[in-house]
Amino acid sequence: MPEPLLRAREIARHFPVRRGLLQRVTGQLRAVDRINLDIYPGETLGVVGESGCGKSTLGRMLAGLLPATSGDLSFDGRDMASQRGAALKRLRRDMQFIFQDPTSSLDPRMTVRDIVAEGLDAQGIATGRARDMLVADILDRVGMQQDALQRYPHEFSGGQRQRIGIARALVLRPKLVVADEPVSALDVSVQSQVLNLLVALKREFQLTYVFVAHNLAVVSYISDRIAVMYLGKIVEIGEAASLYRNPRHPYTRALLSAMPQPDPDSKSERIVLRGDVPSPIDPPSGCRFRTRCPVAQASCATSEPLLERKRGEAGQHLVACHFA
Amino acid sequence: MVDAHPTMIEVPERPEVQAAAPVRFFHRSRLRWNLPLAIGAAMVLLSLALALAAPWLTSHDPLEIADASLSPPSSEFLLGTDQLGRDVLTRILHAARSSLAVACLSAALAFVSGTLIGLVAGYSSGAIDACLMRLLDILQAFPALLLAIALVAALGPNLPNLVLTMGLLFMPRFARVARASTLSVRERDYITAAIGLGVSRARTMLRHVLPNIAAPLIVEASLTVTIAILTEASLSFLGLGVQPPDPTWGGMIAESTSVMALAPWLALSPGFAMVFVVIGFTLMGDGLRDALDPRG
Repeated sequence: MPEPLLRAREIARHFPVRRGLLQRVTGQLRAVDRINLDIYPGETLGVVGESGCGKSTLGRMLAGLLPATSGDLSFDGRDMASQRGAALKRLRRDMQFIFQDPTSSLDPRMTVRDIVAEGLDAQGIATGRARDMLVADILDRVGMQQDALQRYPHEFSGGQRQRIGIARALVLRPKLVVADEPVSALDVSVQSQVLNLLVALKREFQLTYVFVAHNLAVVSYISDRIAVMYLGKIVEIGEAASLYRNPRHPYTRALLSAMPQPDPDSKSERIVLRGDVPSPIDPPSGCRFRTRCPVAQASCATSEPLLERKRGEAGQHLVACHFA
Repeated sequence: MVDAHPTMIEVPERPEVQAAAPVRFFHRSRLRWNLPLAIGAAMVLLSLALALAAPWLTSHDPLEIADASLSPPSSEFLLGTDQLGRDVLTRILHAARSSLAVACLSAALAFVSGTLIGLVAGYSSGAIDACLMRLLDILQAFPALLLAIALVAALGPNLPNLVLTMGLLFMPRFARVARASTLSVRERDYITAAIGLGVSRARTMLRHVLPNIAAPLIVEASLTVTIAILTEASLSFLGLGVQPPDPTWGGMIAESTSVMALAPWLALSPGFAMVFVVIGFTLMGDGLRDALDPRG
């Protein structure tokens, strides 16, 4: 294994819950709770889970947009939390983010040229003709025509706006790109085009991706490794093929069984989970999935399963379950 | 591990057809004209033009005293004369200069200072926000006119002090609108994107927040001018505005109260001038509200 590009150790993000007249803190919402994660150069890590499981929060933390409440996060050997000023700015150049909503992520009052060039201006990379050439070049690479330069975001379709957002991120030539549900706001017909663009750009720029999504088909298509999240925790992580062929965690099995199969004759059994996701303000003791788990035992309530390698698994397939 | 997955779908050379670009002559102009805006803007422009051209429009001087006092409207004096025999039309036109200047300057002062305070308060939140907002609360807790009277009386009634006082009086309106808009704009993803690109705080505020909160502030400015005109008239009526013998609308109405039954044109004509300007700015403000609404 090469050195990881991004290393997360016990990172957590808690949001205070305030109640009452005095807005006293009455609890902590644990959006992301003590996660360990290594992201290796050149890979695409898919992060999946239900809405509210903390995957977007994790994505923003990995991209340096949201500080961790606790834990250590280091990028390329540099500790992220301690970076300030010019060093932080330099760090941001290497890690970029692609947003879910292509409408809200582009300033409606700026031209495409200014939107895409903003990183170049802020980082002091290029001015004048060089700046224009870099902007024109990246627009071309994301499949936009040059007449887009002096137009405004509202003049474009959702897919085109997402391309502009991708151009804005990639013009800085980052090492890591965190994409938070980059295609879920798009029409299905456009989704595959944008996905293919992301795959092509990854090869072209030798990027490392963290790809957050709830759509398993999308994640399986683009990812080398997949992490499955439930209530702020990673419950299973492994190479995409291994995880799909042989899901170990009951939650992963339920998720995969919910995936529509293109073969009408396939008789895979659908595992339907009962109940709702418990509140992340007061998660269940022990294993967080036990309240909905089909194989839960009494011991699941007392001891929390660790993310570990199971018997008969090669490589990096880790599961957090006592009975997997 | 890199590229373990084969590409399942072929990448098209040039995906997605670009939407045909409509011919646009004014790329930056997003103003959609409407009737209230057109009428209001016309009235405002007419008022400004008449005020600017005042010295050349009539053959009288605002301070010139003719033989005929309290003469009714005639071909010599189109709107009659006052107790001292001064031409009312000339005085109204000249009064427009100071009234509009005070109103526009104080609104501009309030616009700039209020927007700055609101922007900083809304963007920084926390303690800074709380402090700035409590200061505004204190300012707004005073009855507006009473505070203005007290300040002008303390500072001395002249034009700069009038502008300063009224600017301070109207500043909280802009600060609140700016803060509220900033609070909603700063949650947008493009602000997060700017932070992620390494754009500084000040630059984010100026380049992203300010342009996106400008529309409601411009509307507020237009409506504030009307209130400023009325406040200036009230202060002048009370003798705290522009000092005699220089003409002001409020002052002219004040002087006419004793002879209102004899010479109603003395009170009516400056009153009408004021209503005309106020309606003009109000219509323009309403029109701008619709014209600048991005969802309109």
